[in-house]
Amino acid sequence: MEILVCVRRVPDTSENEIEINAAGNDIERDELVYSINEPDNYAVEEALKIRDRVGGKVTVVTVGGDDDEEVLRRQLAMGANQAVLLADDAFTGSDGRGIATVLKSFIQKGHYDLILTGVQADDGAAQVGGMLAAMLDYPFASLVNSISDEDGSLKISREIEGGNREISEIDLPCVLSIQTGINEPRYVGMRGIRQVASVPIPQLGISDLELDPATVGAVAEKLHRIDYFVPFASQGAEMLTGSRDKNAEKVFELVVTRGGIR
Amino acid sequence: MTNRMFAYIGHKGGIVEDSATELLAAAKAIDAVGSPTAIVTGWGPDFDVVCESLRASFPEIWKITHPSLAYANAELVRQVLVRVLPPQSILFVSHDHFGIDLSPGLSVKLNAAFASDVLAIEGVEGGSVKLVRQEFGGQVNARIRCDISSGAVINIRPGAFKIAAGPSASGTVVDKSAAVGALAARRRYLETIVAETGDVDITKHNVLISVGRGIQEKDNIAIAEELAESLGAAVSCSRPVVDAKWMEKSRQVGSSGKTVRPKVYIACGISGAFQHLAGIKGSPLLIAINKNPKAPIFQVADVGIVDDILEFLPELTNRVREARGMVVK
Repeated sequence: MEILVCVRRVPDTSENEIEINAAGNDIERDELVYSINEPDNYAVEEALKIRDRVGGKVTVVTVGGDDDEEVLRRQLAMGANQAVLLADDAFTGSDGRGIATVLKSFIQKGHYDLILTGVQADDGAAQVGGMLAAMLDYPFASLVNSISDEDGSLKISREIEGGNREISEIDLPCVLSIQTGINEPRYVGMRGIRQVASVPIPQLGISDLELDPATVGAVAEKLHRIDYFVPFASQGAEMLTGSRDKNAEKVFELVVTRGGIR
Repeated sequence: MTNRMFAYIGHKGGIVEDSATELLAAAKAIDAVGSPTAIVTGWGPDFDVVCESLRASFPEIWKITHPSLAYANAELVRQVLVRVLPPQSILFVSHDHFGIDLSPGLSVKLNAAFASDVLAIEGVEGGSVKLVRQEFGGQVNARIRCDISSGAVINIRPGAFKIAAGPSASGTVVDKSAAVGALAARRRYLETIVAETGDVDITKHNVLISVGRGIQEKDNIAIAEELAESLGAAVSCSRPVVDAKWMEKSRQVGSSGKTVRPKVYIACGISGAFQHLAGIKGSPLLIAINKNPKAPIFQVADVGIVDDILEFLPELTNRVREARGMVVK
């Protein structure tokens, strides 16, 4: 099976306190810790598992710039067979639809049976996979939390409300957006990354992809970010600023009085 | 504004989902006097009940009924909507597991804009709607201009829009089924597997010690277990803890986990993603402990402490044990 995984490099929100820059039009990006978008990492692991069961190749791709090469290299170290960087100044400012348009043109130049994305990235929009599927006219499923192979199709489970699972059968080729927790992504160490340091990562731009410049980048956007602001806390918590033991005392008191604990 | 507004209504077992009035409220934020037309798909006797009950809130209801719409399969619903929606429509959909499945692809097929997980709508300006979304795990809000000149699909965050029940709209149900034609699915629904309860039923406890990513590793769960044991409470968790396989799925609180109604909820090292908060009902006393002072959980908590849970929780356990004459370790 030929599998493509679309990945993205994002600021690691578990490692960073996100601040807004002085102009209010972006977050403060100096000194941010970046990593692979977490759901994408699960998607790559799932692709590797399927390849190891049924054979084939795993390709990872991202739309970005030179800085994004590091996540591709990390996924190569994880076990992906090849990586491609889709980079062009014309892609700058693309909204989700623009990103999906770039990916679609890349996919149409090759042949993939299965295309995976993470369920969502740093903008929390959960949109690129579904848009891509519609552009390719492939079937799509979001929030996928298990995949098993059938002949010419896949049996998948989607995460729905209350921890319930919706089981479906989906024809190939298809696009699936992968939910976190579907597997246990393997560890990637520095040594693994060094081993793939010299693997070439081809870069393709707008002319390689034969894309109409009017369909990507800032010119094509339907959604435009005006500014960022800090969420307004309607009330906010009463912050306990005492010593640790005083705070513990207070919490204990609250649990006893409010929790009905004796 | 010339765009006509619609709301796609979810339902289950003959009951309209709560999101229906939220979609109505979102539409009112764009046009206070207008009202969206409800679109609802389904099959069978339950479905007639759904259509009837929508008459109270919506002046017009388009119903589309077909045996293959008995289960809401996003691929089929998309085909229906592409056929019935007029050009330049604005469609509101709840940003739940169905809306996430449906809307991005639908927006492409309609050549409309897609705004995902919208928290607030600030109004209309020319051919655009100004709206608010969250980015970076809810740490910052972004104000977005969404071009509606060729229509839009707007996914609304569950719980973000509230509307007071107005007088009955006495709506008219219009059967649009004939406009739909043949439906074919390349993704076929088989069954739903219901979540298990697990060894501890977190929905039955008055006090929950809930751990998040801040617990850092599996062995540290014991720190929370000890506190829970000393209090006679239970340990629950947020999604990253289940993803890392540190706790069972049955302990997860959130829209994709359990809905809990405790009296006290102690969020330990939990950032406060809305999907997690959606699982906490009944307005418990919410105490948050997190070492990141900017963690979104502090916006919704009643009491907050900026501290490392790996230090704070053992201190609290000792305090509880002391007070109860238990052995302090």
